[in-house]
Amino acid sequence: MKGNGVTGNANPLRRVGALFDGARDWWEHAKTWQRYAVYLGAIVFALILPAPWIGTFMSPGSDWTTVLIYPIGTYILLAVGLNVVVGQAGLLDLGFVAFFAIGGYTLAYFATQHGWSYWPTVVFGIFLAAVSGVILGAPTLRLRGDYLAIVTLGFGEIIRITANNTDEIGGARGITGIPHPDDMPYIGLEFGVLPAPYYYLIVAAIVLVIIFSVRLQKSRVGRAWAAIREDEDAAELMGVPTFKFKLLAFAIGAMIGGLAGGIYAGKAVFIEPNTFPFILSATILAAVVLGGSGNLPGVMLGAFVIAWLPERFREVDWLKTALGGKDPAEFRILLFGGVLVLMMALRPEGLLPSRRRKAELHEGTGGMGTMGAEVAGPDTEVSTTEAAK
Amino acid sequence: MLDDFLNQFLPSTVGGLVIGSIYALVALGYTMVYGVLRLINFAHSEIFMIGTFTSLVVVTAIAPASPLTGIALFGVMLLIIVLSAAVSGGAAVLLELVAYRPLRRKGATRLTALISAIGASLFLQELFALVIIPWLTGNAGRNQQSSPRIVDRDTVFTIGNAAVRIDHIIVVVAAVIMMIALDRVVNRTKIGRGIRATAQDPEAAVLMGVSIDNIVRVTFLLGGAMAGVAGALYLMEFENTVFNVGFVLGIKAFTAAVLGGIGNLRGALIGGVVLGLIENWGAIFLGSEWKDVIAFTVLVVVLMFRPTGILGESLQKARA
Repeated sequence: MKGNGVTGNANPLRRVGALFDGARDWWEHAKTWQRYAVYLGAIVFALILPAPWIGTFMSPGSDWTTVLIYPIGTYILLAVGLNVVVGQAGLLDLGFVAFFAIGGYTLAYFATQHGWSYWPTVVFGIFLAAVSGVILGAPTLRLRGDYLAIVTLGFGEIIRITANNTDEIGGARGITGIPHPDDMPYIGLEFGVLPAPYYYLIVAAIVLVIIFSVRLQKSRVGRAWAAIREDEDAAELMGVPTFKFKLLAFAIGAMIGGLAGGIYAGKAVFIEPNTFPFILSATILAAVVLGGSGNLPGVMLGAFVIAWLPERFREVDWLKTALGGKDPAEFRILLFGGVLVLMMALRPEGLLPSRRRKAELHEGTGGMGTMGAEVAGPDTEVSTTEAAK
Repeated sequence: MLDDFLNQFLPSTVGGLVIGSIYALVALGYTMVYGVLRLINFAHSEIFMIGTFTSLVVVTAIAPASPLTGIALFGVMLLIIVLSAAVSGGAAVLLELVAYRPLRRKGATRLTALISAIGASLFLQELFALVIIPWLTGNAGRNQQSSPRIVDRDTVFTIGNAAVRIDHIIVVVAAVIMMIALDRVVNRTKIGRGIRATAQDPEAAVLMGVSIDNIVRVTFLLGGAMAGVAGALYLMEFENTVFNVGFVLGIKAFTAAVLGGIGNLRGALIGGVVLGLIENWGAIFLGSEWKDVIAFTVLVVVLMFRPTGILGESLQKARA
């Protein structure tokens, strides 16, 4: 009988989920030294990743190290930032690209027009991004989730259009001649044309941001975010100053976006308004949601896959002919869209969710947060197998 | 600057009313779906886009050698409006079936549904850009597609220094007629009663024997049809369309819905017109490249200070 008792779960992604759940369980029970071993392994992995022999497989058509910086590294950094907002605090932000843009344009404008040096300007860019996060959040964070989403989308577009219309910061032609990061001879990094130093820079940024994000998640702040995410009204009643914490999430996410912007601009040397379109916000959101929002390894995996797959399939000949001569990478957004719809129906928690998040999303049936009717109605199936866990 | 404003005031008021009518029609779809499902149908903008392309196909098929007048004009306009409404309505029903119904079954959260909506929106945009537009027109999918002129830009009368043309009148009159028709359906028919009941109190509606699934389907159909009509009028007025025409216009139409009072049909009309006017008047001072920013700012301001909109939320209070 539908709706009562245990329903057979016809979800085809269940096997996949079981695989990841096993790894997840091991991690929960792993000892400290085991965890540090994994961290060390991850860093070593990141350092050897640009190796040419990996590159021949992962990216036969273009330079692997460059692909690792953009889009892969940049997307991962952005996704970790957006994860703070969407995954940890549960705020749907559709305009994250605005902070990326602010970081990039701050460096571009002040370095080229006023001759500021690289690192102070990037820090200033991070600061400006945080300020704009607060400016955006202050009036809008009291809004319901879906309204907030549209407003943040509008904000992202406002930033892009303003950049386009303001000749002082380059207008439609953008800004060129952005300086590279200052050389660091004491660790042997020279930022010129070669991609390798930028890769290590991005890895360092990602590691830093991850440490920061995890520390936050395990602190009082992270617990407040989890409470807000699960049930804001209850959190407020329990004395959590929800507005302040939401604003903090926005600001921190914005800062990470700003950092990514500064690093990107320093490598790309040229930026323009169309470097920061809505589709990038949507792509990073897809990475976070599909990877498993709230869960760092999931988010990074999601970002990696979303950044790498289109590049990988860009020059695959048989695929090209199958698509009538078109570059397969052009189909990536079509695929994202389709996958998003599919995943929301089958596995809304993403590929590598945290246990908690998965439980939250499969709660199902009436009550807080149900779409549409407050009552489930006779046709709604309830997956009580999940609830029974 | 002041006489600049006075000079351009009347023409831009006319322009504002025209684009405002289009916003209003699209806003109806957002507001109805929101009233019944409490969901922002993010992909509604693509339903509008589909309407413009249906219209384009019909017009190119008819291929008028010169702009039409009289009975021929009326007939062609009726044809493109009806066909666009039908195709868009059908697309909306399909959208609901694929992107939202599975989520309703599972009792998914609003945010999950919104993400699914975003996915559907992206999918439809890209489907048109990569496959459908090249197939329909033989042109590159991401380019602007232009339409032959359907009606001449004859001035019918002038108010001050503003010329009110036949195409202006067609847009506004058609929009008003559609809105009156929708109002009739929602307020005078059984299915309309079902819609209002579901919007007001879903639990009681189910108890009274309303089939929620049917209601949702009809809501999407009606909203989609309105967007289709908007698409036909848009193409007639602006004579071009593009695969992502829905993106910005959709957000503005949503702004209009919120401005007028989300869930409120009359609100959609008022919101659309007011937004069109604000946008155009603002453009006199700031320049037309800032129109979109003006519209988005209106969105933020309304949501900050009066989130219930001008007429206040509620589908069931459509009688106001």
